Amino acid sequence: MKVKEKTSKIVIKMIIAIVIAIYVLFPFFLVVINSCKQTADITANPIGFNGVSLANLYQNLSDVINNTHFLFWSAFTSSAVITILSLILLALLGAMAAWVICRNKTKWSVVIYFTFIASMIIPFQVVMLPLISTFRDVGNFVGIPLIQSIPGIVFAYLGFGGAMTVFILNGFIKGIPMELEEAASIDGCSPEQTFFIVILPLLKPVITTVTILNGMWIWNDYLLPSILLQQNGPVKTLPVAVQAFVGSYVKQWNLILGAALLAIIPILVLFFIAQKQIMEGMIEGAVKG
Amino acid sequence: MGEFSARRKIFSFGCMIVGVAMMIAGLYMAITLTDFWGVRGTLIIAGCVAFFVGLYFFPTFKHHRGIINFMFLFPLLFAFAVTVIIPLVLGIGYSFTDWDGITLNKFVKFDNYARMFHEPQFLWSVLITFLFVILNIVLVNLVAFLLALLCTSKLKGLGFFRAAYFVPNLIGGIVLGYIWQFIFSKVVTEILNSQASMLTETKTALIGIVLVYVWQYAGYIMLIYITGLNTVPGDVIEASSIDGANSLQTLFQIKIPMIAPTITICTFLTLTSAFKQFDVNLSLTNGTGSVNFMGKFLSKGTQMLALNIYDTAFVNNEYAYGEAKAVFFFIILAIVSICQVRISNKREVEL
Repeated sequence: MKVKEKTSKIVIKMIIAIVIAIYVLFPFFLVVINSCKQTADITANPIGFNGVSLANLYQNLSDVINNTHFLFWSAFTSSAVITILSLILLALLGAMAAWVICRNKTKWSVVIYFTFIASMIIPFQVVMLPLISTFRDVGNFVGIPLIQSIPGIVFAYLGFGGAMTVFILNGFIKGIPMELEEAASIDGCSPEQTFFIVILPLLKPVITTVTILNGMWIWNDYLLPSILLQQNGPVKTLPVAVQAFVGSYVKQWNLILGAALLAIIPILVLFFIAQKQIMEGMIEGAVKG
Repeated sequence: MGEFSARRKIFSFGCMIVGVAMMIAGLYMAITLTDFWGVRGTLIIAGCVAFFVGLYFFPTFKHHRGIINFMFLFPLLFAFAVTVIIPLVLGIGYSFTDWDGITLNKFVKFDNYARMFHEPQFLWSVLITFLFVILNIVLVNLVAFLLALLCTSKLKGLGFFRAAYFVPNLIGGIVLGYIWQFIFSKVVTEILNSQASMLTETKTALIGIVLVYVWQYAGYIMLIYITGLNTVPGDVIEASSIDGANSLQTLFQIKIPMIAPTITICTFLTLTSAFKQFDVNLSLTNGTGSVNFMGKFLSKGTQMLALNIYDTAFVNNEYAYGEAKAVFFFIILAIVSICQVRISNKREVEL
């Protein structure tokens, strides 16, 4: 009797879970089927399979990919380059800075650490307006464009992502025994060798966490690239390209959803490959952050 | 210091001198506008690198650690200072002037701040932002907690459900906003057989934004609750069931008190992210929606604080005024964050 009650409960829970899963995933299903239709079929019947064909999908996607406002491959490449460069630099420079801050308990390191922590509550809106003028003026002054350029935006991500990266890495480095470094230095390692040979390999798990957190943020970020790269600049990230594209084609839903599909696919593929790491990284980042 | 070879000394000092010289030359070209070959930027960067190379080989044992510390800290601190600290200080300064993004003519004291409290559109934005934040804290946490309970019970395919509920969080707000704009304007109207999309009406559009936000964010918060629930030791739950507690009693008297720290984290996460909400707002409604407020007709009824700041600066080109609003936004966030830290510290002491 008791066992039976349990199974019926499980069945109900299972049904609830499936219904919620359908609700959560339904928008993605709609994106897929409607990017396989022509505009008329979408208006007539946005939910059903009428008018779905691979030929339409191919037509819509190639229209989107070659659209001058969207230029999928160029947007995808710049998104990828910006994200990867920022992630590598953030992980490396963040680890270096966190190590120095953690291992030197001087007045300066404490001040720097608390400045980093305090800066995490600064909303981007406060700094965005002066940031553009600073970047424009500094860029003009030294003759290296910082606006509408990849180095400029990577530099900005370095500044904005630095605080959280250092904060999380610092928490991890605290747990590494000091004896390890002392032993290395007795064996004749210079401080930089100690860091690169002994400490950096130990940071692998926490660097994974930080990279996932920063990666999700940088890849999906819209406000910063829309301001630094601008809608009509030569370099666009995917979110900026989607915004620029939709702004130019107000009601062509087959193309808009095609663009959405293209923007979703890369991150979904990544999620299928590294699902466990991504979910764990997001949890750890939240709990520590 | 006899242990250092003369070559190393020469190399070190040489690099530093050449580096400084290159930087000075670059800056000189920049100031006097005599850079005919467009090399001033390259000169400054190369000079900086050369200086650091020289510094690295500086012949000292005593200060080597200090030099390494400086070199390790410098790149990140430099980026941080240029992108966060300097713009923050400048921004707070600009908010007291009539800055238009390029030049500033005069100091206007608190005029920008006084003005925003007389602007119905801005006050409306503040009001709906607070409403949105409160609604979101309640809804996201409730939904996420229920999902977490579901995902910690004995179900088949749990891994799939967790991943499925989390998926919306992977996608950026801009893309999500357009997908949901499609759903609201085409699919929902089709299902409800109504003419107008719910996004055209201010009230229902606000509900729409909340719906999308909960849909996007609940899966993430759920993951954190799952971690929290998994830390509740199994023997405590077993003991309570032996003592005759039913599942509801176990939930309210064992599980919820034991995951109180998790609840604090999740509340804070939803709070700050809802305050800063921008992308979905921009792409879903772009702030449109008519509303009567303070005896005035407003055309941007769904414009939240972040979008209001953005529009003030970039659409109306009132940079100083937008900056003043942003500083106000910063103050609200800072107060909220400090309260949150206080509350969570207090609770930790009590435990």
